[in-house]
Amino acid sequence: MWEFIFKDNKDISGCGVSGIINVKGSLIPGDLIIKSITCQEERGNGLGAGFAGYGIYPDFKEFYALHVMAEDKNSLERFERFLFQQVKAIYHEPIPTRKVKTIKNPPIFKRYFVKLELEEQLPTEEEENKLIEMVMYINANLNGVYILSSGKNMGVFKGVGFPEEIAEFFKIDEYQAYIWTAHNRFPTNTPGWWGGAHPFSLLDWSIVHNGEISSYGTNKRYLELFGYKCTLLTDTEVVTYLLDLLIRRHKQPIKLACTALAPPFWMEIERLEEEEKNLLEALRIVYGGALLNGPFAIIFAYNGGIVGLTDRVKLRPLVVAKFEDFYYLASEEAAIRTICPNPELIWYPKAGEPVIIEMPMGTIPNQKSYA
Amino acid sequence: MSVILNVENWSYTKVNQYLREKILEGETEFELHGVNGHRYLFAGIKQKIKAKILGVPGLDLGCFMSGPEIYVYGNVQDACGNTMEEGKIVVYGMAGDVIGYSMRGGKIFIKGDVGYRVGIHMKAYQDKHPVIIIGGKTGDFLGEYMAGGTIIVLGLLSQHPEKPITGKFLGTGMHGGVIYIRGELDPFFLGKNLKISPINEEDLTYLKTILTEYCADMDENLESIINDRFSKITPVSHRPYGNLYAY
Repeated sequence: MWEFIFKDNKDISGCGVSGIINVKGSLIPGDLIIKSITCQEERGNGLGAGFAGYGIYPDFKEFYALHVMAEDKNSLERFERFLFQQVKAIYHEPIPTRKVKTIKNPPIFKRYFVKLELEEQLPTEEEENKLIEMVMYINANLNGVYILSSGKNMGVFKGVGFPEEIAEFFKIDEYQAYIWTAHNRFPTNTPGWWGGAHPFSLLDWSIVHNGEISSYGTNKRYLELFGYKCTLLTDTEVVTYLLDLLIRRHKQPIKLACTALAPPFWMEIERLEEEEKNLLEALRIVYGGALLNGPFAIIFAYNGGIVGLTDRVKLRPLVVAKFEDFYYLASEEAAIRTICPNPELIWYPKAGEPVIIEMPMGTIPNQKSYA
Repeated sequence: MSVILNVENWSYTKVNQYLREKILEGETEFELHGVNGHRYLFAGIKQKIKAKILGVPGLDLGCFMSGPEIYVYGNVQDACGNTMEEGKIVVYGMAGDVIGYSMRGGKIFIKGDVGYRVGIHMKAYQDKHPVIIIGGKTGDFLGEYMAGGTIIVLGLLSQHPEKPITGKFLGTGMHGGVIYIRGELDPFFLGKNLKISPINEEDLTYLKTILTEYCADMDENLESIINDRFSKITPVSHRPYGNLYAY
């Protein structure tokens, strides 16, 4: 069923993105993110939409939540036989869905709350590396099955349809999260398929993207050197893995990692003080393979924060607003005002300058801080 | 009498259809409340009408229009005034990217900051002379590929007080028209094949006339603006890239 897509290898799109965070860790009903993304309905064409929610599985917060998409029952059974040899699944169930008239023949969706079966306790980072290895292996080698998200207390819901259809299908209105992101897709270079919709996710990273990563090939080959395999055939996938590599594994603060993705021009670096100049020169040389070329506005999130970033010449829009403990990010100001009519602050971030919103440490379980 | 309308729960298609019908019936004044992301408002309208918009209109406000005067009590999103030919858009807020894209006549006045690529591909022809006045600061690529018309940047009111008045690559590919910047401009920000010169008497007369209109709309003090120094940016010739492709 999915064979036809493997001929193409990248996607060019002009899409809509939205994100919300409550920095006190209060839960935000799914209705709000649905309202924000559907306000930008015109930015998509019905060939992809999705949501990522953080804090949605408080009862299983210590377990990796695997959201799995399967082509058919056989693929799923094959996958389960493999999975249960690798991990201890404390609980698993079909992801609840509704029948939506316009959504024909959806794949099977299941979620598994798992712990790695290890002989000895490993530091978090190494445990996460092992989990990633497993996800990469499954996505690359088991036919007809993809793990769409694998973080703790979070999950990705995505598919082919308009945002309100995908929200209806996955019952997004029944979830509450302290961070939400959403996407409305307008693919123009590859067929829209369920795995190619946004958000893309690995561990607790999730990303939604408006634009086109022209450097996809370079980035993909660079990531392969570090064991990441791109299997979902949409350009945005590379950004997810670059974030994991630069921020979680190489321990770069987010701002620096974003600078590697969207670096200043050499003519700007030339004008800087010696110390900063040396740093940026080194960053551009060492992380040349991580530079994202082409137009993009992205919103990414993790257990503890949300970040917005545009390419260095600002070929895609991004607006940010603040109201009390809430921060909002979107492609259009209207998408924010529809759920927050009178923000205290509203601004258009400058090209290539990340907007980083983190919760204070100790706000949520398994919190991470990279700012 | 104005047609007063709350469009909060209307799709942009319905709003535009309704406005067109009313304009054909001869209505000349409109007041739209609850506007939020409604696209293409007053697109292609040729009649001399006046409209007040309360809220944030969607993309392509007033695109292709040649007549209306639109006053926006809020911010405007990307591509406001796209290819507009005549008329006026006054924004009492900020503006997004590509404002006045391919504009070929009329005026756009913005009170606050604007985004990237404002005035890209602007052009003038015979009696048509587009003007964009920006009260705040601008992003990169202001007046990119500009072929005619006037852009004025005042830098009076900005969300980015620490930033320079314009972004980088100012006027890249510009081969016609004029950009006036209040104050000095570091040539670093300038695109290639452009020159910066002080304003002359003729420029000053023009600036006085157009800024009088801007200040009246925005309730700003003309005296305090016009007495400042202005830098004038023009292309070095009308075909600065002629030899690049044909020689």
